[in-house]
Amino acid sequence: MTKMLTVEANPMDCYLRVDRIPHIWCAGCGIGPATGCFIRAIDRAELDPNKISVVSGIGCAGRMAGYIKLDSFHTTHGRALPFATGLKLANPELNVVVFSGDGDLVAIGGNHLIHSARRNIDMTVICINNFNYGMTGGQVGATTPLDARSTTTPYGNFEYPFNVPYLMTACGATYVARWTVLHVRELERSITEALNKPGFSFIEVLSPCPTVYGRLNKLPRGLDEMRSYREKSVIRDGADPKDVDLSLNGPIVVGKFVDIERPTLWDSYRQMLDRASKL
Amino acid sequence: MPKDNVLCGEFFMNGDIACAEGAISAGCRFFAGYPITPATEVAERMSERMPEVGGVFIQMEDEMASMNAVLGASWAGVKAMTATSGPGFSLMMENLGLGVMLETPCVLVNIQRAGPSTGLPTLAAQGDMMQARWGAHGHYEIIALVPTSPQEIFDLTITAFNFSEQYRVPVLVMADEAVGHMSEKVVIPRISQKELVNRPRPRGSPEKYLPYDSRMGLVPPMAVAGEGYRFHVTGLTHDERGYPVMTAEAQDKLVRRLVDKIKLNAKDIVRYEEIDVDDAEVVVVSYGIAARVARYAVQKARDEGIKVGLLRLITVWPFAEDRIRELAPRLKAFIVPEINYGQIVREVERCAAGKAKARLVPHMGGGVHLPETVLEAIREES
Repeated sequence: MTKMLTVEANPMDCYLRVDRIPHIWCAGCGIGPATGCFIRAIDRAELDPNKISVVSGIGCAGRMAGYIKLDSFHTTHGRALPFATGLKLANPELNVVVFSGDGDLVAIGGNHLIHSARRNIDMTVICINNFNYGMTGGQVGATTPLDARSTTTPYGNFEYPFNVPYLMTACGATYVARWTVLHVRELERSITEALNKPGFSFIEVLSPCPTVYGRLNKLPRGLDEMRSYREKSVIRDGADPKDVDLSLNGPIVVGKFVDIERPTLWDSYRQMLDRASKL
Repeated sequence: MPKDNVLCGEFFMNGDIACAEGAISAGCRFFAGYPITPATEVAERMSERMPEVGGVFIQMEDEMASMNAVLGASWAGVKAMTATSGPGFSLMMENLGLGVMLETPCVLVNIQRAGPSTGLPTLAAQGDMMQARWGAHGHYEIIALVPTSPQEIFDLTITAFNFSEQYRVPVLVMADEAVGHMSEKVVIPRISQKELVNRPRPRGSPEKYLPYDSRMGLVPPMAVAGEGYRFHVTGLTHDERGYPVMTAEAQDKLVRRLVDKIKLNAKDIVRYEEIDVDDAEVVVVSYGIAARVARYAVQKARDEGIKVGLLRLITVWPFAEDRIRELAPRLKAFIVPEINYGQIVREVERCAAGKAKARLVPHMGGGVHLPETVLEAIREES
């Protein structure tokens, strides 16, 4: 007879505020799997959890900070990056991670995003891209593909979206990758690399939003969007970021696009301090 | 300069620079800002001085970022400040609210210029006094100090840091272009550690730590990032664990405490200066640069035999309500010269409650009152 094995707790529970589960995310949402990848990556990266700070903005992905058992900050809409900048500069020993959504980071927080990458401040940014504003009910965003439906583009989106990895590369990010939540192993490995990589690391994570974006775009169940990732994804490590833009029915190029060395903000700050002390 | 590079001695400096030096004496070691007239000199001074005192200066991409970087630095355990003027002050309101909600000690300096909008960037005004009180959305209580000279902006910047640490609230220094750009003698004393206040810190094990535990008082102990407390804080309405709770009951408990921690301590916070108030029949209530003109007008009126006094507000928020209530029954009138079209006069009128007249002497901004204008109002009301 097979013996039943009862698992009281997931080995990764130590990274979660289990007293806050169940979470608020919809069935089929991709933020949960991305969070799973993140906490396994922390474990793999062998970082001291007491020295990690997680900063989120507003929106579905922004709620992640509330579920993770680390020093965690749920800030204002779009402002996770400058808050994280203050944390990191005031205590450079902290490993600072910004985990938030596309609307938060790329639209309302777009200015902070480009400047953080330009400064090459040493932090890891995990950007959940579900192609719309999920929490407010599915409005168009800066990443919504052309022609896609949303509650504020009932006749189809008439704006071109950002190619976010290309934008981040142009701004000077030292690590740029894109995965979908279907690519759990690759995503986990990529976050592990990013956590240990000095400088500004940016990972775009494509994630289903069956409740609104999916329902409005003929992908009504979480699995439908996952299936489309499987069918349309092409892994191309080292692809030129200018060629990885997304469209409604086109291929989804995923992979690690950029992994370069450049002095971090703190490296340059320390050099400036040396110059100042010699005056 | 002493070994720790904190200034000490007598200097001739403008208000903006005195403000920066006050912050340094108060232990500020992080400044984030964005250039804006007439507050830019605060940032310029900090960019030079922070490296000298082992601190960090960063010029951010805008004022929303500046305010947020200051909050982040404070949560890393460092005393932090930003400085701006009208348009930047408007942009900072969003995250001033976050600072209030997270109960983050920090200092926000507003070197006021005339508005609305771009207004008169290089000329003084006091038009942001109500924005200081109510500028962020939601109901909250704030502390705002108003300096009248470069010496006082130095002193009050230290006070601002002390209040912010004591009450875990962003504190506003509401100066104006005239005070910011005026150069005068500033005496910088050696500030001992005993004169500086530090935020209440948690004792006991991190496992039992509650970020908003108010059982021991209205101001909860504050852990900072990286110490092993592994806490969560949020701009959402939250309970003592820092966890979001979306109920009217949680809202009631939280907002009451955020307000009460200032309101119930107003007696210890409110500061003002009085001249010749004891036998006065008319009292001029003024603050900042306007109070310097008012002081001269009061002296002139006294020379004419008019029983007039000056009540100079040092804190505008919380407002000196008790003092106005106390004085009102025995006065003919309060006269309120301010460089706006009537802001603090509303508070004076509210507290006077019909027992004494509250007369506004407005100036729309771009300069200061002529002493004669204030003197004429005193003559008319006496």
